[in-house]
Amino acid sequence: MNAVSAVAAPFDAERVRADFPILAQQVNGHPLVYLDSAASGQRPLAVLRAVERYETHHHSNVHRGVHTLSQAATEAFEGARERARRFLNARSTREIVFVRGATEGINLVAQSFARPRFGPGDEILITGLEHHANIVPWQMVCEQSGCTLKVAPIDRRGEVDIGRLLELLTARTRLVAVAHVSNALGTIVPVRRIIEAAHSSGALVLVDGAQAVPHSAVDVRELGCDFYAFSGHKLYGPTGIGVLYGREELLEEMPPWQGGGDMIRTVSFEKSTYNELPWKFEAGTPNISGAVGLAAAMDYLESLGLGAVAAHEQRLLALATAELERMPGIEIIGTAAHKAAVLSFTLHGCHPHDLGTILDSEGVAIRTGHHCAMPVMTFFDIPATARASFGCYNTEADVRALVAALGKAREVFG
Amino acid sequence: MDLKDLYRDVILDHNRKPRNFGALTGADGQADGHNPLCGDRLTVWVRLDGERVADIRFEGKGCAISTASASLMTEAVKGKDKAAIKALYEQVHTLLTHQDATADASLGKLAALAGVSEFPARVKCATLCWHTLNAALDRSADAVTTE
Ligand SMILES: Cc1ncc(COP(=O)(O)O)c(C=O)c1O
Repeated sequence: MNAVSAVAAPFDAERVRADFPILAQQVNGHPLVYLDSAASGQRPLAVLRAVERYETHHHSNVHRGVHTLSQAATEAFEGARERARRFLNARSTREIVFVRGATEGINLVAQSFARPRFGPGDEILITGLEHHANIVPWQMVCEQSGCTLKVAPIDRRGEVDIGRLLELLTARTRLVAVAHVSNALGTIVPVRRIIEAAHSSGALVLVDGAQAVPHSAVDVRELGCDFYAFSGHKLYGPTGIGVLYGREELLEEMPPWQGGGDMIRTVSFEKSTYNELPWKFEAGTPNISGAVGLAAAMDYLESLGLGAVAAHEQRLLALATAELERMPGIEIIGTAAHKAAVLSFTLHGCHPHDLGTILDSEGVAIRTGHHCAMPVMTFFDIPATARASFGCYNTEADVRALVAALGKAREVFG
Repeated sequence: MDLKDLYRDVILDHNRKPRNFGALTGADGQADGHNPLCGDRLTVWVRLDGERVADIRFEGKGCAISTASASLMTEAVKGKDKAAIKALYEQVHTLLTHQDATADASLGKLAALAGVSEFPARVKCATLCWHTLNAALDRSADAVTTE
């Protein structure tokens, strides 16, 4: 993933902004400045309309009727799967499992792939910058199967210590689970290199792509990863929908995760046989409108151009970083050489929560807290950070509003 | 929603210079409070004289609201008995959660917390110290009864 190599096409963020109706509001008497896309992105009209069109014209249950609406719903849902396949450049739609989000995708791999085959002596390797969603499911597997969790540390810049990671990667390592981009620090992790090393040592790799997909084109075949998970809502799509990509050979061998309708072929009280991929992993009625919205979000983002969006966000990140570096008392947490549009920081003498409240009173929405990455906070010995994150609709004016609001915080806590 | 109402001078002052800050030696009760969502952490120590809190100190790391609230609390409860402290907490809680509540004169400096009611997300910052104090008092009671 190389966010900086994008084409320097003119990018009209004001026009993009106009596609997002939610942004045209006042918050606490100020125009909303939304700098929390890393927590959840907003939805463009194209997504809202696609969902509405589906709900008002095509909705029914999928895969189970001959009537017209059921076929329309099935086509919309399976069409969304094909859209997601193209988005990731997966070989086949059999490799695209719809899930609730990155969290569910990772849990699916933990329970269906890791748990049945790992045991004492086996190791799962993660890194020090993971989101709780890429820590806790593995801890659960370790408890259930007796395998061991290893953690490759990060350094003071918030980069994964690749040397240590390679040392920890041994014949015992069965799976490496690593974030593509850190949500708390912005670090872009060199997953390509990690995947190559893991594969040559005989381990498989799951990439948590929740923070990566909004900022770069991801090609799972080029990456060579075995599993890739992400959430729709961070990609300007709806909540409650996400994708787990898995290599077909692996998914084929994995037992179903949940049982129910849609995931079976035949059921008798003696024994049931399972459906084919990917439906084997999709028990129950899925989030059909969510998938439709996600497909529309992928269309939208690709129409803007992922490279152009990334280049625009990098300009904002560079501007905001330079501005914050000049402000006395600000410390930027996460200074990796390659970062996505995430800027975590602290202000001396002002707790991140006070900062969040003050910024909110100026209409500036940022995230404060541990960002579901408590080990990262522990590593930097801080209780929390303030985090501004940028999306396709943010502008230089947003950065200026952030800087002005920080000035206000410094006045209050001066 | 007015920031000045939240960050009153009394709050900023107690945040910058928390009173009764640091461990209490010879405490009868001690409890840790943790708000994992914010990362706020504090420890409250109490020394009792019968039912009365003879001395109280706290230590911790948190936002301005949680630090100032704890500092103000230690000043307010010192010398009071458990029943009076319970009544005081009920008054404080009403003040923190009801925008139309008017601060009774008996609240003293604690009245400076009135602005919190406009910021529902911050109420838990201000109540953490009181829950921790309760736990410390409970423990001291346990300690007393098991003696
Ligand atoms: C890096 C990372 N992984 C996983 C997740 C979990 O995503 P979700 O809550 O949508 O399942 C997040 C969301 O914050 C994230 O940032």
